[in-house]
Amino acid sequence: MERGWLVVLLGVVCWCAGAAGVELTFELPDNAKECFYEEIEKGTASSLEFQVVTGGHYDVDVVLEGPSRQILYREIKQQYGQFQFTPETTGTYQVCFSNEFSTFSHKLIYVDFQVGDEPQLPGVGEHFTAMTQMESSSQKIHEDLNSVIDYQTHHRLREAQSRKRAEDLNERVLFWAVGETLGILVITVGQVMVLKNFFADKKGNQASY
Amino acid sequence: MMGRVLMIFLSLCVLSVVEGLYFHIGETERKCFIEEIPDETMVTANYKLQLYDPRTGGYMPSNAGLGMHVEVKDPEDNMLLSRVYSSEGRFTFTSHTPGEHVICLFSNSTKWFSGSMLRVHFDIQVGEHAIDYASMAQKEKLTELQLRVRQLLDQVDQITKEQNYQRYREERFRQTSESTSRQVLWWAVGQVVVLLAMGWWQMRHLRKFFEAKKLV
Repeated sequence: MERGWLVVLLGVVCWCAGAAGVELTFELPDNAKECFYEEIEKGTASSLEFQVVTGGHYDVDVVLEGPSRQILYREIKQQYGQFQFTPETTGTYQVCFSNEFSTFSHKLIYVDFQVGDEPQLPGVGEHFTAMTQMESSSQKIHEDLNSVIDYQTHHRLREAQSRKRAEDLNERVLFWAVGETLGILVITVGQVMVLKNFFADKKGNQASY
Repeated sequence: MMGRVLMIFLSLCVLSVVEGLYFHIGETERKCFIEEIPDETMVTANYKLQLYDPRTGGYMPSNAGLGMHVEVKDPEDNMLLSRVYSSEGRFTFTSHTPGEHVICLFSNSTKWFSGSMLRVHFDIQVGEHAIDYASMAQKEKLTELQLRVRQLLDQVDQITKEQNYQRYREERFRQTSESTSRQVLWWAVGQVVVLLAMGWWQMRHLRKFFEAKKLV
């Protein structure tokens, strides 16, 4: 009983030891800049990934700054990027997304900020003996499934991007077609009216064309 | 004695874990996040609200009774969750339809404009990441291997749901593309017809006009 509690506690403590990861999708309005901050301990392997899902030319400016405002990673007008880093100093790291170069397109941005490794299941990792075949196989399966979920996320983002573009195109085709038909009607009727006007009897003039 | 110390340490740790990612918003501003999830997926979010204290120049836990209003809308714009929570805590919801869910956060400040800055710590977990295995192991008295198998089952469950959702989305995408293709074809044919019809009408109209003018 006592040992059970200890195991759980150790598990939660390990969980606390700076392992966190969050995926967010948010809308960045035009001419706006959004920043996210995270306190990271030194030596905690972290990674940042972003992707522009919809909007304008599918590009955004990204800047990752360290505690002393030093620039660790910077991309201008990129659609997709990934950066892994291990901080050398403990402090507040900030990642800023800027859409200030765009005048009217707001962008949907996906960001994945992982700090530290994934928290282990309670009980795992406290062995003083090597893991059994069963345990190591199940760990391998877990890691593989993590990759599958990760690939699914990327696939979903790409599919969302293509789908929104296709829906956009569908709408635009309709507008274009209606507009062009109206244009043809206006021009043909206009032509006839202008031509008739050339041949119109002016007051006191004889039509002699 | 050791147990007690560990307990205290543990509770301190649990509190500090919410100190994950944070961002700043104005007191009257709204911040929305979008989660595209399959149906029957649980989403859990931990948050903490802090108010800017001009005296210290830092962010202090709000003692002005500032709460966090959370609004969750499902893909059909129905309100799944709309509640005011305290300045620190967590909320959970489960999706019933697949698609884009919008989670909006704003403080329940009564100010009409400006106000001070707020720091919001936010940690959102979806699907199998939202499940707390530590408490599950404790409650159901599972061994390590049993817990691991449970975790694998949850992961595979999530993968299956996502694949189903993917199939539904791909069908929508295919329908949109086919509709565009059909529209382009019909409009091309239609416009040629309109052009021919208008050309014919023009000739007929003008001929009548010139005949009336005795020029033809």
